[in-house]
Amino acid sequence: MPYIANTDNDRDILLKSIDCKDMSDLWERAGITLPQPSLDNLPSGMSEMEVTKILKKEANKNATDLTNFLGGGYYDHFIPAAVGEILGRSEFYTAYTPYQPEASQGTLQAIFEWQSAICRLTGLPASNASLYDGGTAMFEAMMMAVRITRKRKAIVCGAVSPIFRTMLECYSSNLDVELIEIPVDDNNSVSNQAGLIEAISDDTACVIVQYPNAFGTVESWEKVIEVAHSKKALAICSTYPIALALYKTPGEMGFDIVTGEGQSLGIPLNFGGPYLGFMCVQKKYMRKMPGRICGRSVDSDGKEAFVLTLQAREQHIRRENAMSNICSNENLCALSALVYLSCIGKSGLIEVANLCRSKAEFAREEILKIPGIKPIGNSHFFNEFIVELPCDAGEVVGKMIDKGYAVGFPLGKYYKNRNNQLLVAVTEKRTKEEIKGLANALEAVL
Amino acid sequence: MKTIFELGKAGRKGTSIPKCDVPLPKHIPNELKRTEPAKMPEVTEQDAVRHFTLLSRKNMGIDTNFYPLGSCTMKYNPKFHENIASLEGFTELHPLLPQLRHGCSLTQGSLSVIYESERILSNLLGFEQFTMQPMAGSHGELTGVMLIAAYHKKRNNTKRKVMLIIDSAHGTNPASAAVAGFTTKEIASDENGNVNIDKLKEALGDDIAGLMLTCPSTLGLFDQNIEEILRLVHDAGGLCYCDGANLNAIMGRVKPGDLGFDVMHVNLHKTFATPHGGGGPGSGPVGVSKRLVPYLPVSQVVKRPDGGYSLEYDREDSIGYIAPFYGNFAIILRAYAYMLTLGKEGFQRVSENAVLNANYIRYKLKDYYDQPYDRYCMHECIFSGTRNLDKGVHTLDIAKALIDRGIHPPTIYFPLIVEEALMIEPTETESKETIDHFIETMIEIAQLAEESPQEIIKCPVNTPIKRVDETLAARKPVIADF
Repeated sequence: MPYIANTDNDRDILLKSIDCKDMSDLWERAGITLPQPSLDNLPSGMSEMEVTKILKKEANKNATDLTNFLGGGYYDHFIPAAVGEILGRSEFYTAYTPYQPEASQGTLQAIFEWQSAICRLTGLPASNASLYDGGTAMFEAMMMAVRITRKRKAIVCGAVSPIFRTMLECYSSNLDVELIEIPVDDNNSVSNQAGLIEAISDDTACVIVQYPNAFGTVESWEKVIEVAHSKKALAICSTYPIALALYKTPGEMGFDIVTGEGQSLGIPLNFGGPYLGFMCVQKKYMRKMPGRICGRSVDSDGKEAFVLTLQAREQHIRRENAMSNICSNENLCALSALVYLSCIGKSGLIEVANLCRSKAEFAREEILKIPGIKPIGNSHFFNEFIVELPCDAGEVVGKMIDKGYAVGFPLGKYYKNRNNQLLVAVTEKRTKEEIKGLANALEAVL
Repeated sequence: MKTIFELGKAGRKGTSIPKCDVPLPKHIPNELKRTEPAKMPEVTEQDAVRHFTLLSRKNMGIDTNFYPLGSCTMKYNPKFHENIASLEGFTELHPLLPQLRHGCSLTQGSLSVIYESERILSNLLGFEQFTMQPMAGSHGELTGVMLIAAYHKKRNNTKRKVMLIIDSAHGTNPASAAVAGFTTKEIASDENGNVNIDKLKEALGDDIAGLMLTCPSTLGLFDQNIEEILRLVHDAGGLCYCDGANLNAIMGRVKPGDLGFDVMHVNLHKTFATPHGGGGPGSGPVGVSKRLVPYLPVSQVVKRPDGGYSLEYDREDSIGYIAPFYGNFAIILRAYAYMLTLGKEGFQRVSENAVLNANYIRYKLKDYYDQPYDRYCMHECIFSGTRNLDKGVHTLDIAKALIDRGIHPPTIYFPLIVEEALMIEPTETESKETIDHFIETMIEIAQLAEESPQEIIKCPVNTPIKRVDETLAARKPVIADF
């Protein structure tokens, strides 16, 4: 039997030394007298060779030869080989939560460096080790605001990722929190800032927006933040870390909490996970944050040392009064993001972001040359934009797959008045040729 | 050791980026522009690789050390899983693809992995269906108790707001119940480590939504009254949640669904050999009995009559979207490879050997360490590090002495109801030789604690750092080099 070290002889010795005749004797002594259930409806075991063959076959059934313009918050970015190489260090991946700092300085220093990196990127001074994904991070931020303000109304912008909004809805259903969604103009790509401002009142706990928003538009949020603060509400934004290489930081704008999906930082798309939720907050809210936090301290010789800290917030100490129920997070994904940011580096990150932006603008222009396709909104965007097709976008997307392109996401699935609208994302991986090819194919199928 | 930010020099690069092949875009409006570049590292790829490789060497992992961390099931992580999980056919698949028209046909391989592993779990554990979406164990707990909430809500049973938690439970149990909107009531364990039936009976009433029970318990014990406990809760109108953190003890031997549990989470990163990642990513699928199926999160992968797989969203009573997509796919994939390798015979061999190894340790150490419960255990054994308290030797000191001797410590100070707890889980993948070495080391430490306690109290001395000033870290937190 693979992965089991005891030989038959070992088993006999072990059983004998614990005064048991055989295994069924041990089960009985350990309190299990239930009859052995039938396992007939389970497959028989296979060798590594056989399992590999089966799973390679499954991998080949997936269509990964499409030229990808799908985004929606999850992007096909380049990942330097060094990221995979470091992640393959089993000293990292076969360890667990660094409860014993003397045996875990590698993981702990990496967490500290990740916390530092994401703080530097977002412009807020405090971060945790990670959360599950961008959506759960947004929910945690909302609950943090409810705890801090002791108010229960959360205002959510309609241009926040619809995936995240459905998750907020799901998690709030049993809690004393009221979600107030501010819809957006279906013929535009901007958030409804006036609507948000109007909705903010003295009983608002927080305003949740996205930057860049779910349509790719980059907006200034200072006014909304100012109004939120004047009503003692917190301003929360979800962000796209690659974009922050170019755009004003959420910290500088004045947000209190920033969350986001970190998948774009060196983590493969992997059909939905594992991904990386992150959270950065203003210093005064540090002790209200959920999740693991690594801090820098010293050891008994006065030497620099890293350790999990502020643990009085957490479930293993505070139980039902903890800031969150989270325990295992996405540590290895945070390590990916850190190695990615280290290899891409200060200038590389700007280059990557500029490539995304240049190619997205080029793609939009090429697509808008096609007769019948109209722009939606004319605001500044990063690497994702929407266009209106002369017909149902879902159908066009289907036809484009036959041509070898994942052309984008049809917004009708989430916005009922946007049936003809297509959300297109362009990363640094797409070439001019691919973009031209996309435009040609699109013109052909319309 | 310097941080990555302290290495390098202005102008150094770690990656080559292609030149721009399209015209430059319009300028970014001033009010949106970043004022200063983000202070990311400026290192060569070699600098980065060396830095992180050196960091990795300051860790203990399963591949380098025996790691008997109780309740965490630190079993060996087979290497071919990593190869499979890095196949491009899996890694490059965009999660929105199946949501496009005819998109499921583009993702049949991955959908099949999710569906088939879901079926194996259901059959192995006696449940009707699993959701593979929860992204960690405690996320599974939260999902599970949300299902219980939805069940009572559907019956307009608004009074049922109390979730019963055993005092030995993981902190995530009460915390998850709270996030699902429940208040919690703690039930004591009895002197044998079982649920105190009288206290349970007292607590049961028409305000009880359910009971969260770890099976086997976090004391490493199988509760002999389990059937009675489940019956009592059901008779009172509550549902029973099984925390599957300790599934490795009973896999293939007991089917919690058949036993009467209504809902259960399993930790793929424990029982199903996926890497713990230094603290995640994990995966915490949740299985349910028939009556909770309607409430499962959307989407659910289903098998069509033609043998293909698709996503089902149309579930009126579903609790909704707990995850952005279909779960931590790459983790599910590794666990699926493991399940296929083990097969029905393997599942049983795993739990048998896990239980055997733990009992062997218990037998060999019981003369040297205090046992809070003197009975046969399941996959982990618990001791109290109380024997030399008068000499100033605590469980923490024993843990640090183990680190010095190249062994990762067991879980310590948990469960909370055991004084100076040491919770040892050897798993089935460790050899008798390794376990014997551990036993000898523990005995050596016990004797040293007796004879020269100062030798233990000063540990660790062979590690990259000595004991950390945790008070300083919490009082004056430095949590980022901003």
